[in-house]
Amino acid sequence: MILGHSARGKTPVEPVTLKILVAGGFGVGKTTLVGAVSEIRPLRTEEMLTEAGRPLDDTNGVEGKHTTTVAMDFGRITLREDLVLYLFGTPGQDRFWFLWDELATGALGAVVLADTRRLEDCFAAVDYFERRSIPFIVAVNCFEGAERHPADQVQQALDLDPGVPVVLCDARDRQSVKEVLIQVVEHAMTVAVDRRQAVTT
Amino acid sequence: MSTDDEGTQGTAHWFDDDAGPVVRPYAMTRGRTKSAAQHRLDLIALVVAEDPTLEPETDHALSPEHVDIVALCREAPQSVAELAAGLNLPIGVVRVLIGDLADEGLVHVSRPVPPAELPDESILRDVINGLRAL
Repeated sequence: MILGHSARGKTPVEPVTLKILVAGGFGVGKTTLVGAVSEIRPLRTEEMLTEAGRPLDDTNGVEGKHTTTVAMDFGRITLREDLVLYLFGTPGQDRFWFLWDELATGALGAVVLADTRRLEDCFAAVDYFERRSIPFIVAVNCFEGAERHPADQVQQALDLDPGVPVVLCDARDRQSVKEVLIQVVEHAMTVAVDRRQAVTT
Repeated sequence: MSTDDEGTQGTAHWFDDDAGPVVRPYAMTRGRTKSAAQHRLDLIALVVAEDPTLEPETDHALSPEHVDIVALCREAPQSVAELAAGLNLPIGVVRVLIGDLADEGLVHVSRPVPPAELPDESILRDVINGLRAL
């Protein structure tokens, strides 16, 4: 194999890998968000629920969507040769939550993607990350045709801890999603510093 | 996975197509759902090819899927999730196959950040800078 030979004698770079989770209700745009910044086409297993899921999945308010994500959609961003960030979309429905704990292990932080027309859909995700002390932010996906609510209203409606950032975003827009991810990491850093101080004082 | 909570309809035995696509790939692992060593394989753990002079193709104990994994990893280190996606196999199957390869010394698994703790601040800062520069 040509590649094998050319690589001989050279120590391959073994990057540090990190992951951020993208959670939220069914049809809120998790895969879209992952795809907006990923350098690879996100892995999709949506077709598995195209037919079987229809009687169970309530698509009121998201009529444009015909499939749902069962397994994990993920994307990759190579930040440096030795630093790679993976984005994992979590399964949207409660009955697939057995997949979450494994996903959440070692995650550096999470985005809870919210749709203001169905805000209650992200309660479960907010709950999950709060309980496991995983740093998260709430990103409100500003769908066309949806009424825009100021971030502090969303913060109140979700009864978030005051420290949890709420941002508005467009999950289709690369720049917007980049900003969301930067916010997650900054928040994770704040949380890490706070925890260290709590331990040392 | 969730195959046991519905659709059993009178018999607990599933043959051929009845077993469904979730179960059948485990034929590649000869029914094993865990590897002997049971390496802790996170979805983002990286699988790195070892000595490029070893030729997995000539090892008859290895399946074509094993050989595929080694070939992919020789191009560049691959995460467990990427290997599963690249080979279109369930994560559980890929984990067992990677375990076999690690036991054979064909690959090793690198896991730089311990899953129980948050990465340190300097790495987080690097991530932020990296994202800004995209």
